[in-house]
Amino acid sequence: MNKTTFIETLQSAFSGKTWAIVTPAIYETLYMVFFTTILTAFFGMLLGIFLVVTDRDGIYPSPRFNALLGSVVNGFRSLPSMIVIILTLPLSRMIIGISYGPKACIIALAVTCVPMFGRLVESSILEVSKGKIEAARSVGAKNRDIVLKVLLPEALPSLIRSFTIAVIAIVSTTALAGTLGAGGLGDVAVRFGYSRFKTDVLLAAVLVMIVLVQAVQFAGNGLSKFVLKKRHLI
Amino acid sequence: MTPVKNTVPSPHRGFIRISGLKKTFQPRDKRFDVLKGVDLEIDRGDVFGVVGFSGAGKSTLIRCINRLEEPDEGDISIGETEITRLSKRELDQYRQKIGIIFQQFNLLDARTVAGNVSFPLEVAGEKKEKTAKRVMEILDLVDLSDKADFYPGQLSGGQKQRVGIARALANNPDILLSDEATSALDPQTTLSVLDLLKSINEKLKLTIILITHELNVIRYICKNMAVLEDGRIVEKGPVRRVFEDPKSETAKLFLKIDAGFANFGWSDGEGI
Ligand SMILES: Nc1ncnc2c1ncn2[C@@H]1O[C@H](COP(=O)(O)OP(=O)(O)O)[C@@H](O)[C@H]1O
Ligand SMILES: [Mg+2]
Repeated sequence: MNKTTFIETLQSAFSGKTWAIVTPAIYETLYMVFFTTILTAFFGMLLGIFLVVTDRDGIYPSPRFNALLGSVVNGFRSLPSMIVIILTLPLSRMIIGISYGPKACIIALAVTCVPMFGRLVESSILEVSKGKIEAARSVGAKNRDIVLKVLLPEALPSLIRSFTIAVIAIVSTTALAGTLGAGGLGDVAVRFGYSRFKTDVLLAAVLVMIVLVQAVQFAGNGLSKFVLKKRHLI
Repeated sequence: MTPVKNTVPSPHRGFIRISGLKKTFQPRDKRFDVLKGVDLEIDRGDVFGVVGFSGAGKSTLIRCINRLEEPDEGDISIGETEITRLSKRELDQYRQKIGIIFQQFNLLDARTVAGNVSFPLEVAGEKKEKTAKRVMEILDLVDLSDKADFYPGQLSGGQKQRVGIARALANNPDILLSDEATSALDPQTTLSVLDLLKSINEKLKLTIILITHELNVIRYICKNMAVLEDGRIVEKGPVRRVFEDPKSETAKLFLKIDAGFANFGWSDGEGI
């Protein structure tokens, strides 16, 4: 690629023609990322809490359940996302009747991302000092109080950072799923950029993803800092 | 030397009774016999000090009283209640009657001063208005009314421990346990926290058990004391008696150290 063609490609990447292709893909991506994030946030939090609470040193020790849960999580985490998505697409057929397109992929994406976010939540909650838990215990707090009024609020700044990492992972996994028929930016990047050598479309899709990830990281950092500042911890 | 009697015989003798208390930790294939049969009787309204070197088992002992550690053997009873026999649910209830403060304060960073103090009331299911009123009352007692909306991150060590004390007192406990509560504080702040403990002991007729490795703390506020060595009580009695006529080697060593490092001579090996 020589200099002139690069500039031409760049110009073309910002042309209306390119964006007519990319814009619908942005919506599809945002749609998938949004709903995957909601599912991941909910089930990942639950998973993380269960992992911490049922640990041998947790507030409701249940070593066998913990070991089982841990190995299921590790099982999913040891497979490449691509494989997990392929494996779980039939699951979408079972739940919503179809196994292709953005909707179907949300379930596959959530299955891929929940174990990852669950582990992040686990490590965030583990940062809360044992002393705080004991102080709560010593005034008669029950396990539910400890989770809701101690562990989660105390871990909040760290949880926000973990969540930020998870959302970014969701964005990139969504792009990956795009190549498996989910649509969105990943799909466009591969269909046009790779298969048809339309570098301008590829470039535009990549730029949008970079901006998306930067925005998520910026928002996450800001929010986490805001909470720390409010608590006068920084 | 005239032996001075610090304890007044009262109908509240033996309010807290600990007998044959044993606790062993068994991490993996190791085994630590931390408490090897502890017997203690503490009167209602007493300020009782337990002194011992690091690792003697002081924290374990005090934590057995509200069952933050589960004793392996022995009995602990408070008044008519056998702590060691309580079910989990009963224990949660009973813990509201035993406050504890810690060396590291263990305040919740996510909550304001008022929020930390209201925590015990919230988990006890207290009504909002009553909680708010009680929080202001207690903050007044520990002289922190003007800091109600501050976060722990904005407070000094001494102020944090006052919040710890306020939290421990929120549910009107009968007993306050103190695990090296002043050990992270400078001498001046230590004094003011001890003064506070003294005044609540008098005002609220609260029984205080405090453990420490600093004899000064014991001398300043305790009426009775025990010396813990390697999981056993090697000496107990009124503070004045132990200080003036120590029987155990540990107590003697403690007093020697307490009198100042000067007692051990100079770094060049010269005696005093
Ligand atoms: N959870 C635990 N597991 C294993 N050993 C412990 C545990 N808690 C305390 N110990 C051991 O018990 C001994 C006494 O501890 P502790 O009661 O904290 O002493 P102190 O407060 O007098 O310094 C120490 O040797 C410590 O290592
Ligand atoms: Mg200790």
